[in-house]
Amino acid sequence: MLEDSTDDLYEDAPCGNVSTLLDGTVARINRTLLSWLGYGRDEVVGLRRFSDLLTVGGRIYYETHYAPLLTMQGEVGGVALDLRAKDGRRLPVLVSSTVKTGGDGRPLLIRTTVYDARDRRAYEEELLRARRAAEAAEQAAHQDRQRLQKLVASLQRSLLPRKLAAPPGMDVAAHYQAASADEVGGDFYDLFPLDGDRWGFFLGDVCGKGVEAAAVTALARYTLRAAAVYDPDPGEVLSNLNTVLYQEYLSGDHRSCTVVFGVLGPPTGEGRRVTVTGGGHPPALLLTAAGAADYVPTSGGPLVGMFAGLRFTAHTLMLRPGDTLILYTDGLTDARTDDAGRYGHEALLEFAASIAPASAAAAVAALAGLLGGFGADLDDDAAIMALGVTG
Amino acid sequence: MLLAHGFGCDQNMWRRIVPALAVDHRVVSFDHVGSGRSDPAAWDADRYASLSGYADDILDLCRELALPPVTFVGHSVAAMMGVLAANREPERFAALVLVTPSPCYLDDGAYRGGFSRADIDELLESLDSNYLGWSATMAPVIMGNPDRPELGEELTNSFCRTDPAMAAVFARATFLSDNRADLARVSVPTLILQCSHDAIAPPEVGSYVREHITGSRLVTLPATGHCPQLSAPEATAAALRGFLEEAGR
Repeated sequence: MLEDSTDDLYEDAPCGNVSTLLDGTVARINRTLLSWLGYGRDEVVGLRRFSDLLTVGGRIYYETHYAPLLTMQGEVGGVALDLRAKDGRRLPVLVSSTVKTGGDGRPLLIRTTVYDARDRRAYEEELLRARRAAEAAEQAAHQDRQRLQKLVASLQRSLLPRKLAAPPGMDVAAHYQAASADEVGGDFYDLFPLDGDRWGFFLGDVCGKGVEAAAVTALARYTLRAAAVYDPDPGEVLSNLNTVLYQEYLSGDHRSCTVVFGVLGPPTGEGRRVTVTGGGHPPALLLTAAGAADYVPTSGGPLVGMFAGLRFTAHTLMLRPGDTLILYTDGLTDARTDDAGRYGHEALLEFAASIAPASAAAAVAALAGLLGGFGADLDDDAAIMALGVTG
Repeated sequence: MLLAHGFGCDQNMWRRIVPALAVDHRVVSFDHVGSGRSDPAAWDADRYASLSGYADDILDLCRELALPPVTFVGHSVAAMMGVLAANREPERFAALVLVTPSPCYLDDGAYRGGFSRADIDELLESLDSNYLGWSATMAPVIMGNPDRPELGEELTNSFCRTDPAMAAVFARATFLSDNRADLARVSVPTLILQCSHDAIAPPEVGSYVREHITGSRLVTLPATGHCPQLSAPEATAAALRGFLEEAGR
């Protein structure tokens, strides 16, 4: 049987062995470690502390982490440190220590084993580099997303009026809820003065989301405003919009839209006469001063921008003091409810009846609360605008 | 008596001298935010990027616990946190005990702090190298998880575990601090304890602190290393008690 000598094993072990006094002074050190360091035995034993053999940064780590742990636990294992060889080279090592105690339990000396960790540290540095790269990428993605959301929010703001101006004798309110902070929605609305105390209003929804939808939204919005200046007849205005959107029909970015457009007549003792027409849009809601709620037939016309030469028929109704007309997009009625169904027009009518009569501000606040209750699962954007004649 | 640990460990650093101090003093010790068992949710990389944030925490602690004027014992970098706090609200401090303090670790002209900027970068590397010893499974151990004691047993180095990202911020706040100008403003009785050999706060730095705090006392303990409260707890406690008795506390 091959015999190994313990002396040889200590001196020429495949790891460094060093024993130090409690103050760190080297008492014994093996040949392996001396050869790694390039020191002679008489340059180290009794002269240097173990921490003197480390890089300065490693020494701070040793004094602030390693030594306290060793004192408290009696052992420390597998700590990565760097030795500084006599010729200045750095040697990455893994260091473990135990405290040898006497029979009375008092500490006598510290035994430390040092493993060459060049290969392992190179590998670990790769891991660290990869981790840092992953962290940097994650942060960059986060910043990109914030930039995108800021851009989306400002683009969205540019497509909606900052604040609705109320015509004399009316209160008006609007609410817009985006389905996603990452994408511009296609909902739009506005209320604006025409000549002779008349006011135009519209609310619509361009199919789809994103920048392409936003471009069509802007086109629809400005076309409606401009068309209303030349001839505010709602049927004419929607025909104009249909023509403009249909001109884009053959382009790849073509999108149709649904919209309600109306004109508020000048105020009279009875209230304001409303002429309104819709193209493919959910019907408006009328809340009366008496507390009733009903749909107004504004949805008769076809989807805008799909076919050439469409005509749109206008309806007329009287908005009396205390009445409120509510326009909304299908983001409200198509919202998913807890029982996995859609909210729907019946439920909306019931809800409207439960809040009537209501001022424009109160109605919008109630509907915004309803939307908020649907939680984060809004599939689509939702816009609501209410026009009320004050009592 | 309020005990504040320095960079590298947690309030376990005081375990060997607390019994001797607690005989006739109420002893309060704590983990700085970002160290030991502090609440990770309280961490704020900006607040703790300088010693000022830690000093504010010390004052908050005094206020929250309605402590009478305390004897503040700060180890290592916590000594300067105590100096900052005592300069801000001196009425809260009866005395300062600065254990192996350094007002500035970097060499600067004629001043020898003992370290260069490159040395500190090396330390940050060391923290990074030991990053891999850290994992998210440590968090419940550090937060104290009495229903899973086996987690603690698995760990060899179970004390002084710190999230390396927080430790790196603390290391920068510590080793890049310069509080030399704050020493002259200290107005409470001050004891400085240093070791005969300390690689982090060498004797010249201890002398510098004594010279710049009017009326301060310097005691060199028969101890080596940076943590006399661990390596020489009896001598450390005796020096501390001697100072307090003399001051009539």
